[in-house]
Amino acid sequence: MNIFVCVKQVPDTETKVTPNADGSFIETSSIKWIMNPYDEFAVEQALLIKQANPAANVTVVRVGSVKDTEALRTAMAMGADDGILVEAGDNLDSFSIAKALKGAIEKSGKTADLVFAGKQAIDDDCLQVPQILAQMLNLPSVAVVVGFELNGTAVKAKREVEGGALEVYEVATPCVIACNKGLNTPRYASLPGIMKAKKKPLAQHSLADVGVSDADRRVKYSGFRLPPEKPAGKKYDATDAGKQRDVVAQVVGLLRTEAKII
Amino acid sequence: MANVLVFTETNDGKVKPVTLEILGKLTGNTADVAVIGDLAADQVQILAQHGAANVHKLKGAGLEKYSPEGYSNALSNFIKSKSYDYVFAGATSTGKDLIPRLAAVFGAGCASDCTNFVFEGGAFAGTRPLFAGKCLAKVELTGPKPHFVTVRPNALGMPASPTAGAGAAADVAADAGQIRAAIKEIIKAASTKVDLTEANIIVSGGRAMKNAENFKILNDLADVIGATVGASRAAVDSGFAPHAMQVGQTGKTVSPSLYIACGISGAIQHLAGMRTSKVIVAINTDPDAPIFTKADYGIVGDLFQVVPVMTEEFKKLLGK
Repeated sequence: MNIFVCVKQVPDTETKVTPNADGSFIETSSIKWIMNPYDEFAVEQALLIKQANPAANVTVVRVGSVKDTEALRTAMAMGADDGILVEAGDNLDSFSIAKALKGAIEKSGKTADLVFAGKQAIDDDCLQVPQILAQMLNLPSVAVVVGFELNGTAVKAKREVEGGALEVYEVATPCVIACNKGLNTPRYASLPGIMKAKKKPLAQHSLADVGVSDADRRVKYSGFRLPPEKPAGKKYDATDAGKQRDVVAQVVGLLRTEAKII
Repeated sequence: MANVLVFTETNDGKVKPVTLEILGKLTGNTADVAVIGDLAADQVQILAQHGAANVHKLKGAGLEKYSPEGYSNALSNFIKSKSYDYVFAGATSTGKDLIPRLAAVFGAGCASDCTNFVFEGGAFAGTRPLFAGKCLAKVELTGPKPHFVTVRPNALGMPASPTAGAGAAADVAADAGQIRAAIKEIIKAASTKVDLTEANIIVSGGRAMKNAENFKILNDLADVIGATVGASRAAVDSGFAPHAMQVGQTGKTVSPSLYIACGISGAIQHLAGMRTSKVIVAINTDPDAPIFTKADYGIVGDLFQVVPVMTEEFKKLLGK
């Protein structure tokens, strides 16, 4: 069984984002890069399957810059068997990334039985790549998955929708599964795992190698800017129990008279 | 002037509000609406009042419930039979799942989760938040048409005086085609409240809630003001609330009219997810908590004392 896990490298969640000088992207020089948090659930799910099916091979695939390969290294240290890196800039659009992932999977010579990915990358927040990739590979997909069972080729996947309701899907492999937080608890990479990861095979391709060119761009970004800052609000002291009710009543009143929202 | 199709979803037979927000913003273009399944006459009328020229009701086998492939097959066949420049939908659970797949059928681009847009010389130019709203960028589409756009609910706002359209409704024979991933069961959520992403008012609790049981005081407040309850990552990771309730960069990005943050310090990833709320009220014991820099009304105090009093005061105000 061949399992592919698509991972992306993104700025850490605590990053203070600053647009670059010409507004074409963000300033990336001092960013700490991490594996996209939702991709950790994807890697973990693949490894859980490998635990139950030792013959399974888990390949992690990433499209992005080479300057820091944190995401791939982490995934292989967690237990993935091998990796594929498609070298590209850090602000490719979803269509190009999906096409590059498809090209990389096909170039590996393996036929995917399962493709896992995070439900969204927390940099561009598009929630597109798994669905586009599924369409390109002509595979069914289930996105925002918080529950997953595999019995032979039968998959049962729980997809979280508005309000926390769950749609329970039945689908056969091969399929694409986009993972959400809550699916599992990702393991930490062990020290031996980190040492072993250094010897695991890592294939490297250019975008051209996997059939992607500038002509594949579908979404253009410009004018990166910080959102407008709100003017400072008012602060009320309700630490004195005697004045608490007056203070709260005043704020509640202002929500109607001043803010006009209730 | 662009020729636009707006895909609408319904909730209990009613058109989702985001559809009307989109239609209102499309004034000056030709806007049709497509729905899967039936739509009552009063709903067609509402769409007409907001500018819909035609309302296409796609009906056929396999479309009784949502499936990414079934909806995509039915809509792509319909779209191929027309000549739309753009296809819009709400950035809802269904929209976010369906539209990228549908766009890929056409080898076309999709601008996700836009919070505003204009047409510059007939071409779409959108604004969208990235990095969970830590920054904004202009988004444009290129390549084969139609181009696809999803719009964040509550972002555009309802049009004040929409321009009406003809609203000519007709059934369209559709086919779901091959569905490999199908819904076998729907497990309803414990809460019947509207989703955080569509909520008009949100009451959120942080690490200071201390445990899951204490969320009751937030639920009590939420019941009085018609709010949905959310939580910070700290509260979710501590097991006080399920992930579906998480607001922030690895949870949901929300923009309600009113956001009441209770015992939330305001980590950068939380602020990113709620900063576009119209009015923010924060309750925190720490006067220097970062949440106060974003709050319109900051209350320094113990949430366990302040929240119940606030619930009573809202009851008085609302005559409940």
